[in-house]
Amino acid sequence: MSPRDVLITGIGIVTSLGEGIEPHVAALSGVTQRVDRETFAPYAVHAAVPVELDRHIPKKSDQRQMEPWQRYGTYAAGAALEDAGLKGNAELLARMHLIVACGGGERDYAVDGAILTGMRDAPRPEVYLNERLMSDIRPTLFLAQLSNLLAGNISIVHGVIGGSRTFMGEEQAGVDAIRIAGARIQSGQNDLFLVGGATNAERADHILTYEMGGAVWRDPSVPVLDRKGGGFVPGSAAVFLVLESRQHAEARGARPIARLGPVLAERSRRKPGDVRSILTAMLEQAGPAASVISGNTGFAEPSSEEAEALAGLPGAPRVVMAGDMIGHSVEGQFAYGVALAAGAIAAGKLPGPTAVTSVGYHRGEGVVKVEAA
Amino acid sequence: MAKRTLDKQGRPVVAVTGMGVVTSLGVGKTDNWAALTAGRSGIHRITRFPTEGLRTTIAGTVDTLKIDEPFCAPNLSFELARLAAVEAVEQCGLGSPGDFPGQLFMAVPPVEVEWPQKALMANAGGNGDLTYTEVLKGAATGRFAAFHELFLFGAVADRISDIFGAKGSPISLSTACSSGATAIQLGVEAIRRGETPAALCIGTDGSVHAEALIRFSLLSALSTQNDPPEGAAKPFSKNRDGFVMGEGAGALVLEDFDHAVARGAKILGVLAGCGEMGDGFHRTRSSPDGKPIIGAIRAALDDAGLQPGQIDTINAHGTSTPENDKMEAMGCQAVFGEKVPPITSNKSMVGHTLTAAGAVEAVFSLLSIVHGRIPPTINYNVPDPLIPVDVVGNAPRDARVTSVLSNSFGFGGQNTCLVMTAEPV
Repeated sequence: MSPRDVLITGIGIVTSLGEGIEPHVAALSGVTQRVDRETFAPYAVHAAVPVELDRHIPKKSDQRQMEPWQRYGTYAAGAALEDAGLKGNAELLARMHLIVACGGGERDYAVDGAILTGMRDAPRPEVYLNERLMSDIRPTLFLAQLSNLLAGNISIVHGVIGGSRTFMGEEQAGVDAIRIAGARIQSGQNDLFLVGGATNAERADHILTYEMGGAVWRDPSVPVLDRKGGGFVPGSAAVFLVLESRQHAEARGARPIARLGPVLAERSRRKPGDVRSILTAMLEQAGPAASVISGNTGFAEPSSEEAEALAGLPGAPRVVMAGDMIGHSVEGQFAYGVALAAGAIAAGKLPGPTAVTSVGYHRGEGVVKVEAA
Repeated sequence: MAKRTLDKQGRPVVAVTGMGVVTSLGVGKTDNWAALTAGRSGIHRITRFPTEGLRTTIAGTVDTLKIDEPFCAPNLSFELARLAAVEAVEQCGLGSPGDFPGQLFMAVPPVEVEWPQKALMANAGGNGDLTYTEVLKGAATGRFAAFHELFLFGAVADRISDIFGAKGSPISLSTACSSGATAIQLGVEAIRRGETPAALCIGTDGSVHAEALIRFSLLSALSTQNDPPEGAAKPFSKNRDGFVMGEGAGALVLEDFDHAVARGAKILGVLAGCGEMGDGFHRTRSSPDGKPIIGAIRAALDDAGLQPGQIDTINAHGTSTPENDKMEAMGCQAVFGEKVPPITSNKSMVGHTLTAAGAVEAVFSLLSIVHGRIPPTINYNVPDPLIPVDVVGNAPRDARVTSVLSNSFGFGGQNTCLVMTAEPV
């Protein structure tokens, strides 16, 4: 035990399985997926449950300024602050730091479709594009699309204003967000962080990004490990964690949920065998684990290499595939794994310590150990 | 073991041992510095795409480079970053080609599939009314796999990481218009924590395309004084009416001071302090009391262990928007009192290089230290009486510069300030 230990003292989650940590911990004993197969057919997505936005985004004017990815994220951030007993504590929030992992926001699908149709036959497509964009896009839509504006909205709605940064870059953005927050706490630079990510998978443009690379799997009923590298089913998830130094948490009487070890992060060149060896090394460095939450995406060779690395772990720990529960939420997936591990350990539903893995579908590898506080 | 060089807070000192820059003024420090100190503008009429129907028709685009096909923001941002990084890494003399012994921190503009690529996929997916269903059908043919990696958020940093052989997990980040400064801050912190002996910190932005310009235009953020183009960016002037978009990249090699000294490297300057503070007031406007700006500047000074009176010059965010310049000057007056150091804005010449700005302007700040000369703020012909500070207007000023404050403030309330010095503080 050290005063600079990094503790998780708050969790906020919205996914297809529900809101808050409880339904996710319960799903460890048997999961009923909630999937939308119609809206984007032939694609399926793990759609987020509806939430009562007013609870954590009280002003309608704020809600209107955001698109769904920002609303989910801002909502989950508020839930995490509430869970940590920090909501409305202006003094602490003013020196709380923030790291968000995310991509960008939603397009205006109707406008885009009309423009694509019109451009096809326009004599000067670029001039046509100028005219349509100037007259058809909502001026404030940009602010709902900019990656860093999820963090901006969290600052505005919840008053988290110590300083913020937004990491982009698919799964690894989520790994590095928690890595940097933990390192800043551990080194004594800061005491209090809000960190996490948000992904709205119920978007044609979101599916498009991964379908271009052939990474989207269409049948969520097939378990991740049975897909033979075929891909992932996109899932919506907004997950935020309050991270806090032990010293700070104890001084304010906060309830620790779990303790977070140092996050290990690498980017292998993805030659055959790279993922297996790098993950094996990181798991060994993290130390023995009694259970694993795997961020295996189900895509390509790295999927089976991750499974092989886990199969080689001593003591045959139980392995939980997060992708079989909520689909794959890319930037939000690692925070989800950490939250689930923390909640499960605190509830006595998984033996700790728990290793959480991330193997990006395209790049990046990460491991962290979560244990009892 | 040799005695460690530590700052006032007992942390390792962070040296700058390599710098590279590309803007509309040219490729490399030499060309940029010559143009910048001569007061030459890189802002011109846009020729990259038709500007018919647009309110703003000028920008500081970089049009002279050979870019991979298809031409798009990620490919241009990559090439800008690559050129800046080549210059910085060559100058630092650290490692060997393809084996940079440090981490990569990269400010990149958010990406999305651009119109030409989206149109290709849509037309491959159907021929009636086009919607995202057709775009997805086109994508599902597998014929557009090359677009996939192009439009991933982490792709530019990945390619840079591969070329330079950076170590660890490269970070792609955004804090809007303060992104470049944030990339530098992350590098400083990693070295102070002892995680890495060196860091390659880059800010890059090559995203002037029609939709990007229109988005800022619809927010009324851009200057519409298109004629003459080089006169549009007028930071701190009374008749300023918005910023001008620019492109470019800045790259810094940061290195543990003792590590640099031990290998006999030339120390170009010291990254002495980083400060930040969020603003929860509004998505595009800063808090009317200036608290977040004041807080970020003070935090940077505190982090560097300097008093306001020890800053020789301020490299302003100075976007030339009515809001920014007023608030920034007010913030500086609050921190520095009667004696606001001479202040200048490089954006008068290179425009607002957005994601890259913090890094580009950090390079220019350090060049001020190296050369003892503060580049001018051009177009400063009608001083704003509400901004009673010493703007280095129209002509460069020679001065002994041992410390610079560089400000970056972003949409979404992300404020980051850097303090650079000639020697360890």
